[in-house]
Amino acid sequence: MVLVMGFEGSANKLGIGIVGDDGTIISNIRHTYITPPGEGFLPKDTAKHHRSHIIALVQRALKESNLSYKDIDCLAYTKGPGMGPPLRSVAVTVRMLSQLWNKPIVAVNHCIAHIEMGRLITGAQDPTVLYVSGGNTQVISYSLNKYRIFGETIDIAVGNCLDRFARVIQIPNDPSPGYNIEQLARKGKNLVELPYLTKGMDVSFSGILSSIELLAKDKEKMKQYTVEDLCYSLQETLFSMLVETAERAMAHCGQKEILAVGGVGCNERLQQMINQMVSQRDGKSFAIDERYCIDNGAMIAWAGYLMYKDGVTTPLDETTTTQRFRTDQVEVTWRD
Amino acid sequence: MTTLATTNNNEIKSIENITSLPNSVLLSQGAEAKTYKIDLYGIKCIVKERFVKAYRHPTLDQKISGKRILQEVRSLNKCKKNGIDVPALLLVDVPSNRIYMEYIDGITVKQYLYNCFDQSKETSTTTTQTQTEAHQQQIDICAEIGKQIARIHDLNIVHGDLTTSNMLLRNNSKSNIVFIDFGLSYTSTMTEDKAVDMYVLERAFISTHPNSELLFKEILDSYQKNSPSPKVAKAILDKLDQVRLRGRKKLAFG
Repeated sequence: MVLVMGFEGSANKLGIGIVGDDGTIISNIRHTYITPPGEGFLPKDTAKHHRSHIIALVQRALKESNLSYKDIDCLAYTKGPGMGPPLRSVAVTVRMLSQLWNKPIVAVNHCIAHIEMGRLITGAQDPTVLYVSGGNTQVISYSLNKYRIFGETIDIAVGNCLDRFARVIQIPNDPSPGYNIEQLARKGKNLVELPYLTKGMDVSFSGILSSIELLAKDKEKMKQYTVEDLCYSLQETLFSMLVETAERAMAHCGQKEILAVGGVGCNERLQQMINQMVSQRDGKSFAIDERYCIDNGAMIAWAGYLMYKDGVTTPLDETTTTQRFRTDQVEVTWRD
Repeated sequence: MTTLATTNNNEIKSIENITSLPNSVLLSQGAEAKTYKIDLYGIKCIVKERFVKAYRHPTLDQKISGKRILQEVRSLNKCKKNGIDVPALLLVDVPSNRIYMEYIDGITVKQYLYNCFDQSKETSTTTTQTQTEAHQQQIDICAEIGKQIARIHDLNIVHGDLTTSNMLLRNNSKSNIVFIDFGLSYTSTMTEDKAVDMYVLERAFISTHPNSELLFKEILDSYQKNSPSPKVAKAILDKLDQVRLRGRKKLAFG
C-alpha cells in the first residue's frame, strides 16, 4: 500500500496525517496554538508554535500507527494559501525530512485538500462545495478540470468574522472561538438586526462585524440584549447568507448535492440550515465532523496522494510556500 | 408604482395553492423562489413565488422577501417603461409573496452559448464554415448582452445577479434578450455598484462558460461602445479593474 504523510500548518493548527492509497486514515493528529481570550494568533508566534511541536508530532504519528519512516512513500505539505511564517516553518521541516529519509515531496493547495477530504469521507460525487473557515469563504463547483469559485467573500472570511467577534466579547479561544460562539448562540433568543449583504453569489461580512462590534460596545443598547442574543443573531445572519449563496450556486449549476468543509463547516447550526435548505429542494447534504472539517494533516496527505498517483512530485527547489494560492489555480488531474 | 393586487384579501383572494390551478407546471426552483408556469384565464403566465425559507429566521426571512419582491417589481416596471425587454408584470400578490409575469418562450443565453460551443466542437462532422458561424453567433450575442446591460445601468438599475441563466432569448432569437430575475436588483447611481454588477456577471460567465475570457471582453467592449453615456461606462469599466483585484488571495502583485 502506498502511504503518504501529510503536513498542515497554514494557520494555528499543526496537523500530521498518514493516509493509505485506499483512503484509509492511519493517523491524523493535531496540535492547536491557542491564544488567551481577546487575542488572535500572530503569524510569528504561530510559526514558533509549529516549529516547537512538529518533530514530536511526526514521531507520535509514526509510533501510533506502528510504522517506520521507511514505510512512507511520499511527503505532502501545504503550499498555501495561509499565513506565511507558519507555512514556511512546516515547509522547512518537510524539506529536511525529505532529504533525511530520501522521500519525494508533493506541494498541495489547502483548499483542494479540504474538498477532496470531504469527498473521501462522505462519498459525495459531484457536490457544490461550501468552503467556510477562518481564512476562506468560497462556493465552489467542479467543471472541466478545475474547482471553480462561483462565489466568495469580497472582504473577510466568515470564520474570521466569528473569531474577531469572540475577541470583542472576550470569550475563550479554547477549543476554538467559533465553537464557543455556537454554544452561546444556543441560548440566544432575540434577533438583532444586522446588515445582510449578498451580491449575486458573493458575500460581504466586514460590515456585519463593524455593526455588531459597535453594538456590543454600546452599554445603553446592550441593556436590551444579552451576549447570547448577539452570538445567535450573528450566526443566523452570517449562515443565512452562506446558505443562500450556496443554494444559488446549486440552482445555477443544476447540482443536487452540497458539501460543507472547513472549520466553520462543523458548526451544527450551519449544518442544520443546509439540511433545511436541501430538503426544500430535494437535494442531499454532506457534512463532516471536526476531525476532518478543521484543518488536519490527513487531508493534505490524501490530496497529496491523488497528485502523487498521477505522477506529480515537487522538486526540492520548488517546495516553496505562498500566501496567495487560489482554488481555481490547480489543474485537477484526478477527476473527469 | 401601482400594485395591481390590493393587500385586502376581500377584494382579490389569494390563490392558496398554485399547483391546484389548471396546467400549472413547476419550471424551476432557484435560491429565492419557485417559478411556475400557469394558465391564467387563457394567458400563459409565470408565477414567481418566494416561499418561506425553512433555514432562515422568520423575521429575517420576511424582511428579505418583502424587500426583494418590492425591488423586483420596481425594477421590472422601470425597465419596461424605458423599452428594455423584461417580462411584463401582470399581477403582484403581496400577501402570498407572488408575482405574476408574462411567460417568455425561449431558451436561456446559457443554453444558447452551450449549443454554439457544441457546434464548434464537433470537428469531425461539421465544416469550418459552420464553426465560424457558431463563433460569430457567440460574438453577436455577447455584443447584445453588453449593449442591453449598458441601457439598464443607464437607468440606474443594478441587476444584482447577472448570469447567463437570467437572460432569455424571446422566440429563440439572438437579437432579443429578455432580462429576468430582478430579485436582487436595486437603484443606484454609483459607478462602484455598477462595476460590481459587471464583476458578478464576469465571475458567473467565466465559471459557467470555461475558456470564455475573450467572449466576455466582447461584452465589455459592447457595453462601452453602446452605452447611452460612454463616459460613465468608461468610468464603470475602470472601476471594474479595481474591483477585480479585491478578490481574496489573488496574485495581485509579484
